[in-house]
Formats: sequence, structure tokens, C-alpha cells
Amino acid sequence: MTAEVGAPVSLRPATPRWRETLGLLAHNPTAAVSALLLLALVLVAIFDETLAPQGPNEVDVAARLESPSGAHPFGTDDLGRDILSRVVLGTGVSLRVGFLAVGIALLIGTGIGLLAGFYGRWIDDALMRLMDMLFAFPAVLLAIAVLAVRGTGWGNTALAIGIVYIPVFARVTRASVLGVREEVYVRASRSVGASDWRLLTRHVLPNAAPPIIVQTSISLAFAVLAEAALSFLGLGTQPPDPSWGLMLAEGRGFIDLAWWLAFFPGMAIFLTVLCFNLLGDGLRDVLDPKQRTLMAGGGR
Amino acid sequence: MVVLAGVSVIVFALVHLVPGDPVRLALGTRFSQETYDALRERSGLDQPLVQQFVSWLGSALTGDLGVSFRSGDTVASLIGERLPATITLAFASILVALAIAVPLGTISALRPRSLVDRVATVFSQFGISVPEFWMSIVLILVFAGTLGWLPSGGYVPLTEDPAGWLQRLILPAVVTGVVSGSVITRFVRSSVLEALGADHVRTAQAKGLSSRQVFTGHVLRNALLPLVTVTGVQLAYLLSGVVVVEIVFSWPGLGQLALQSVQARDYPVLQGAILLFAVVFLVINLVVDLLYTAIDPRIRR
Repeated sequence: MTAEVGAPVSLRPATPRWRETLGLLAHNPTAAVSALLLLALVLVAIFDETLAPQGPNEVDVAARLESPSGAHPFGTDDLGRDILSRVVLGTGVSLRVGFLAVGIALLIGTGIGLLAGFYGRWIDDALMRLMDMLFAFPAVLLAIAVLAVRGTGWGNTALAIGIVYIPVFARVTRASVLGVREEVYVRASRSVGASDWRLLTRHVLPNAAPPIIVQTSISLAFAVLAEAALSFLGLGTQPPDPSWGLMLAEGRGFIDLAWWLAFFPGMAIFLTVLCFNLLGDGLRDVLDPKQRTLMAGGGR
Repeated sequence: MVVLAGVSVIVFALVHLVPGDPVRLALGTRFSQETYDALRERSGLDQPLVQQFVSWLGSALTGDLGVSFRSGDTVASLIGERLPATITLAFASILVALAIAVPLGTISALRPRSLVDRVATVFSQFGISVPEFWMSIVLILVFAGTLGWLPSGGYVPLTEDPAGWLQRLILPAVVTGVVSGSVITRFVRSSVLEALGADHVRTAQAKGLSSRQVFTGHVLRNALLPLVTVTGVQLAYLLSGVVVVEIVFSWPGLGQLALQSVQARDYPVLQGAILLFAVVFLVINLVVDLLYTAIDPRIRR
């Protein structure tokens, strides 16, 4: 790669500009609406106790299995607990597990991908073979195995899902780093004596970030889905915490009698996952139009 | 090969980190110290871990995956029992997925922004975002409950009752097929779009080939590579047992077996199952690579 003599070569890396990105995103109605809905969801999770009409485990034996009505918009379950309140209070569990899981995967996976892509050679070989091994496990079973080792509960659920997604972030980051490693501004910085740390944090990472950001949104979708699935199997969040997956599992037994028990928590999972996916798509259109992110829709 | 060796170490380590004493679990609540020691010795659990690993790996290489702590059957036979159900469901799902994804993805790429394209977008977003177990429950409610057309779950071998086999296969295959199909639809659409924009396609059009000739000869073939890859990934995922769907439909597949063995701390079965999945994953990757060279002569060099 040679820059033509006399051609203006910008030594300033093209760091993503946040305001610009947000502006472009606002022109993508689906992504913008998704982002707003997710923001609303986060607010619901923060103010859940104020918003929920009842406590999650407030039992009202007189009002068992009541169909949706004015008093209970989503109906009540077999113990007379208000489904709407439980769905509202389950939001926090889902989002907490989702963000923590993706945070773990992002931190470790991106770190590994950065090192592998930037240093290459044996470091690359060793780290990526390790990732291949982790990747060869079926996602759900790997998570189940981690939960079997560590025990259930929301923290371990997040850890289990996070471990599953480490190789995904490692691969996405590595591929992106390989693309920027030899850019003029990186080589220029190196030639003026910048340290590896400075190169990585100031030039490589910011410019390799777009696919990682897109992957983060998509992974959040899958993390929420995975938490629901694991809780549905009885391995994730444990009662009496009101997790959506758990509510679905409980509602499954009453499906002939009272469809609303399983319907509303399922809808909540579906819409949350859909919003993260649509936001991911929108972000890709804006930040990373050429790339097909590795796990787009995969990993299920 | 390196990956496989690593996988076997991880499998072994992971499984032995599981808390709980499997011998105690297998024996129930009332047992004497002698029976406990005897079973522990027979299962080799009194040996050091490294020795356990070496002997497990040695027998695994000859196809002997050990004996289940819980039932006393060999792991190979337990897995063998579950294989037909899993393979049936996996291939039925892939068929459903391809039957939806290939036409839908192709047409939506050929006619961007048309009605079909919009349907494809909505379908793929739905399939990627919907929780499988929720979709299963809703389908059971509608087709087994309200309409009463199909059974709500279970499995019978094809040889025993072909009609019952098909009836029980439809719902789980539709659920997993829609999920995999939505992923594949996206890939088909984008790879056909990409192939359509390539220089050689413009050349072929300029030569005056009919649009059918251009499509089958130049577009389809180039779009086939990503399709093969994504289908391989999806097949590997389906063959490793779609745990949640198997549970909801009481489908006696490998996913169910793996979940049960986790719950029962049945190390040998869990080890065997996970090792098998890893092998399946690697074999499918290999087959995909081989198909690549068959489809695209350029890769042979």
C-alpha cells in the first residue's frame, strides 16, 4: 500500500462521530423507534416498583386465572398474581442479564480479538484456535454446562451467556482490526514512535469499532432470548424472581385454560428481542454498510 | 484435530467441575458404604483426574464412551437411541427452512422493495426474534388444542406408524424451520443481491444472454457459496439438539438427553453427547469446505 505522492493524506483517524451517527440513525425510522422503545424499556426497568400495579408475588386467591380486564389488563395467574405487574418487574431481570452477559463477552472477546488481529503470528493462532474450540460447542449446551458448574441464578445465567458470546466478539473484532491495522494513519503513528498501547486505544480500536457496536446490539437480542430460554428450562433465573422465561414455563401448564399466562410474557420477550435486532440492523446501515456481521441472525 | 483435542479437554474439565456426587445421586438415599465404594471404584471415580481423562479419551477413540451412571446402559447405546429423532427433526427443519428461504430470499433480491421483499423482511425479523418455546406453545394451543388437527407432541418411528410420524413431526419442524429459515432468507437475499451487482453479470447481460441464462449460470452459482455455509451452520445447530423445542414437544432427541444428563449429573452421557456435537460441528465444517471446492473451481488452487 502506497499513498500517492502529493495526495493529501489525513493523519487524523476517522473516528466515528457520535452526533453524526445519531443524526443518521434518526433518519432510519425503524431503528429510531426501536431505540426509543428500548429506552422506554430501560426506564420501565428502573422505575418498575412504581409502575407495577401490584407486587410480583402478591397472591389473591379470590382472583385466580382471571382473564384480562380493566383491573388486570393482562389477567392473573393460578395464584391470583397480576400478570402485568410480573411482566413489568421481569423487565429488569431480562435487561440486567442481557447487558451483563454482553458486557462480559464484549470486554473479553474484544480484548482477545484486538490482540489477535493486531499482533498476528502465533498470538493470533493460539487465541483464535482457543476461540474455535469454544465456538465448536452448541451455544445452549455450553450455557447449560456452565450453569451446571456454577449453579443457577441471574448472575450465573449472565456469565453463562457471556462465555458463549466471547468467540463471536473475538472474531468480529479480529476481522475488523485486520482491516485497519495497515491503514496509513496507523503506520504513520507507528513511524513517529507511538506505543502499541497508544496505537491500539487511539487508532485501531476506534476505527475498528463499527462492526463491534452492531454486534453488541444483535448480541443483546440473543442474550435476552437465551436468558428466557434458560429460565424456561428451569436453569436460569429462579422463582420467586419474575423472569419472563420462567413465567412462560409456569403458564405452559395452563395453556388450555388461560392463554394469557404464557402469551404476555412471550410477547414481552419477542418485542424486546425484535427492538434490539432492528436497532442492530439500523446501526449496521449507518456505521458499517458494507459488512455482513458474522453472527447476523446466527447463533441460535 | 487440534480443535477436537482441545474440545475433549474442555468437555472433560467442565463436566468434572459440576458440583454434586454422581455416585450418591445414582444410589438414592439408602445405601451402604460398601455399595458406595464399589460403584465409585467401578466407575473409576476414585482414580486421579488425569488418569480418568486418559482412560476416557482412550476408550472414546475406539467408540467406547463409557456407561451411564444413572441407567447402567452404555453411553453409545443411549445416544444411538436418540439419534433417529434428532436426525429426523434436523433434516425436516432444514427442508422447511430452505423451502421458505430460497424462493423468498431470491425473489426479494430480484425485486427489491416489492411486496415479496417486504414480506421477506418481516418474516426474517419475526423468525430471528421470536422465542422458539413461545412459538411452540402458541402453535400447540392452536393446532393441537383449538383445532385439534395435530398431536401436541411425542415421537413414533417412521417404520411403526408413518402417518403418526409425520403428524408429530410437522409442528416442531415448522418451529425450528421458521427460525433457521429466517436466518437463511437474509443470507440468500444479500448474496443474490451481491451476485447481481458483480461485473461478470453485467458482461453476461451485455453479451445478450437471456435473463434466465444469466440468472442460473451467473447469479445462482455465485450466490450458492454463502447459502452452503449458512445452511451448514444451521444444520450443525439443529443436529446438536434444539433443547427447548425438544422439551416442549416431548421429542426424544439428543438435546433432551443432554439436559437430563446435566440434571442427573450423569457425566459419561454428558461428555459423550457434547463430544459428539463438537465432532458433528467439525465434520459439517469440513463438508462445507469440500462443497466449496466443488461449486467454485477457483478455490481448488
